[in-house]
Amino acid sequence: MSSAPASSAADRLARRFAALKAEGRGGLVTYMMAGDPDHATALSLMQGLPQAGADIIELGMPFSDPMADGPAIQAAAVRALQGGMTLHGTLETVAAFRAGDDETPVILMGYYNPVYLYGVEAFARDAVAAGADGVILVDLPPEEAAEVLPAFRAHGLHLIFLTTPTSDDARLPMILKDASGFVYHVSIAGITGAQAAQEDAVAEMVRHIRAHTELPVAIGFGISTPAQAARFARLADAAVVGSAIVRRVAEGGDALGFVRELADAVRAPAP
Amino acid sequence: MTQIQTLNTYRGGPDDRGRFGPYGGRFVAETLMPLILDLERAWDSARVDPAFQAELQGYLSSYVGRPSPITLAQRLTDRLGGARIYFKREDLNHTGAHKVNNCMGQILLARRMGKTRIIAETGAGQHGVATATVCALFGMPCVVYMGATDIERQAPNVFRMKLLGAEVRPVTSGSGTLKDAMNEALRDWVTNVESTYYLIGTAAGPHPYPAMVRDLQKVIGEETRAQIMAAEGRLPDTVVACVGGGSNAIGMFHPFLDDPSVALIGVEAAGEGLDRHHAASMAGGRPGVLHGNRTYLLQDADGQITEAHSISAGLDYPGVGPEHAWLRDTGRVSYVPITDDEAIEAFQMVTQLEGIIPALESSHAVAHAIKIAPGLPADHILVVNMSGRGDKDIAAVAKAIGAKENLS
Repeated sequence: MSSAPASSAADRLARRFAALKAEGRGGLVTYMMAGDPDHATALSLMQGLPQAGADIIELGMPFSDPMADGPAIQAAAVRALQGGMTLHGTLETVAAFRAGDDETPVILMGYYNPVYLYGVEAFARDAVAAGADGVILVDLPPEEAAEVLPAFRAHGLHLIFLTTPTSDDARLPMILKDASGFVYHVSIAGITGAQAAQEDAVAEMVRHIRAHTELPVAIGFGISTPAQAARFARLADAAVVGSAIVRRVAEGGDALGFVRELADAVRAPAP
Repeated sequence: MTQIQTLNTYRGGPDDRGRFGPYGGRFVAETLMPLILDLERAWDSARVDPAFQAELQGYLSSYVGRPSPITLAQRLTDRLGGARIYFKREDLNHTGAHKVNNCMGQILLARRMGKTRIIAETGAGQHGVATATVCALFGMPCVVYMGATDIERQAPNVFRMKLLGAEVRPVTSGSGTLKDAMNEALRDWVTNVESTYYLIGTAAGPHPYPAMVRDLQKVIGEETRAQIMAAEGRLPDTVVACVGGGSNAIGMFHPFLDDPSVALIGVEAAGEGLDRHHAASMAGGRPGVLHGNRTYLLQDADGQITEAHSISAGLDYPGVGPEHAWLRDTGRVSYVPITDDEAIEAFQMVTQLEGIIPALESSHAVAHAIKIAPGLPADHILVVNMSGRGDKDIAAVAKAIGAKENLS
C-alpha cells in the first residue's frame, strides 16, 4: 500500500500477521497501561507477555482525561500518573522491552494531547527509535489524521485507524484509505470494559471492512474472557483484551496467568 | 511565500473543518464522528430555516422572557466616578442565566432530529438547570452529569434539577468538576448513539458545538447593541464578560467583533492567583487538544490536563472555547484575570449598590469593570454582561466572607 510506512525492515506487524496466517489462527492482542502501577512492575509484566502468549502488545499511554475508557482503564491511568509515568517514560518502557524482544509488535494507544504537546515529529522519531510499531490515537479521527500522518509515515510508524459500529459504508473507504498496519475494529458503541458485542453483528461488520481493505482486522472492546477472545479472534485476524487484564493488575492478581489462559483459548482448535 | 493576512471580518469563522485559525476541529472518537457530522448537517439546515427560527423566537420571548433589558448601574457608576456602567441583564432570564438561550435552541434541534433522550454536563449547575427546564417543557428524559465536588457546592441547583425531573449523576473521577462531567457525558453519548442528544452548555467541544452555541447566544450581543443605541445613540466603548468555556462572552462579543471602536474584554478566573491555583487557561495555559477541540488548556509538561480552581463553579474548567483562543491570538479581544477575592468584593459591592445579586461567574466581569471604570472618562460607555444571578452562590459567598472575617 502506498500509505504503508517507508521502513519495512521494522515491520514487525506484517511479519506477525503473516505468521498467524501461516499458523491458521487469530492472534491475541493484550492491552496494558504503561507505568501501572509503577514503571518496574509494568515493565516486568510487559516482558512476560510474549512468553505468556500475547502475539501483539498494546501499551497504554496514560492520560488524565481518557473519555473513551471505562472505569478499569481510567483507574489504571490514574495509578500510572500517580506513579510518575509520562510519555517519555512510556517510550522508555518500550525501549527497555525491545532490548529483550525484537519481534513482538508494540502498539501505543492513547489520546492525542500528550503526543501533540511532545511534538508530533519528535514523538514519531522517538517512538520508532524506542521500538514502537504503531500508534492508536483514540481522539484523532480520519478527519484530523493529516496532523500526524506525514511525520508518522516519514519515520515508519503505523497510524492504526479505528472502525466502529457507526462507521457506515460511506465512511469506511475514507477511514481505510490511509490505514496501515492493521485495522482496529471497536466492536461496540461504547467505552472500554463494556459488555461484549453480538458476534453475528461483528462478523457482518468485518465483512464490510474487508470489502475496503486487505489489512488484518483486530476486534476490541468488551472482550473479557478466554472463550470470548477465542471466538472474536476467529471472526477476524486478532482479538484485543484490555480491561480484563488491567483489572487483574489492579487487584494484584496473576495477570500473566490470565494472559496464558487467553492465549491457550485462541490457540485451541475451533469447536 | 509570505502572506500578510488582513482580516476583513472577525465574524467569518469557523471554516468548513470547524477551525478558528488553528483552534477548534473535531477531535472525537470515531464512534462519535458520524453523529457530529449529522449534527452539523441538522444545524446547518435548522439555522437557516425560517420555521425553526420562528419557533425559537417564540419560545425565547414567551418562555425565556427575552429580550432581557439593559440597566444603567447608576450608583455603581457614581461610586466609581468614571465610566458609565450598564449591565446586560441575562440574570433576568427564566432559570436565572444566559444558559437557557442555548438550551432552548438545542432542544428544538434535538426534537427536529428525532432524538428522544437528552444528556448534559454541568459545572455550576446553571446549564444543568436550564437543560432540565427545557426537558421538562418538552417532556424529554434528561440525565445531567455533574462533578461530585460541584454537587456539594451547588446543592440548590442539584435539588432544582431533580425537581424538574432530571437525573443528576455524580461524577467522582478526576477532580469531580466540570471537565470530568464532560468526560462522563461523552462516555454516555458514545454508548447511546442512536437515541441521545448531547446538549453541550458552552461554546466548546467538537465542531459544530462552538459555532452553534455561539449562534444561539449571540442574541445577547445583538440585543445589547440595539438597546445601547436606543439609550445612548451610539455603540459602547467597552464590553466586558466573564469567560469559563466562554458562551456568554462569545454571545456578547460576536456582534461587536467588526466594530473596531468597541474594546472587548474577556475575564478569566484567576482563582487564588495566577501563580497558584486558577482557571485562567489563556493566561496560564497553552494550546492542546481536549473534549473534541484544540484550544488553550491548563496542562503540565507531559500534556496531562491539570485541575482548574475557581470559587465560581461555572468558570472552573481547564479549557476555553476555541473561538476565544483565536480571538486572543489575533488580539481582537483582550483577556484579563480576576481572582476569587476580587470577585467576592465585586459580588458584595453590586449587591449593596444596585440591589442585584450577581452570579459569582458574572462577578468576575463586574470586578474588572470596577477596576477600570475609575480611570475612564464619564462619557465612556462600559457594558458588563450580567450573565446570571447569584442566588445559587449565597452559601459559597457566606463561607468565603466568613473565612476572611475569621482570619482578620
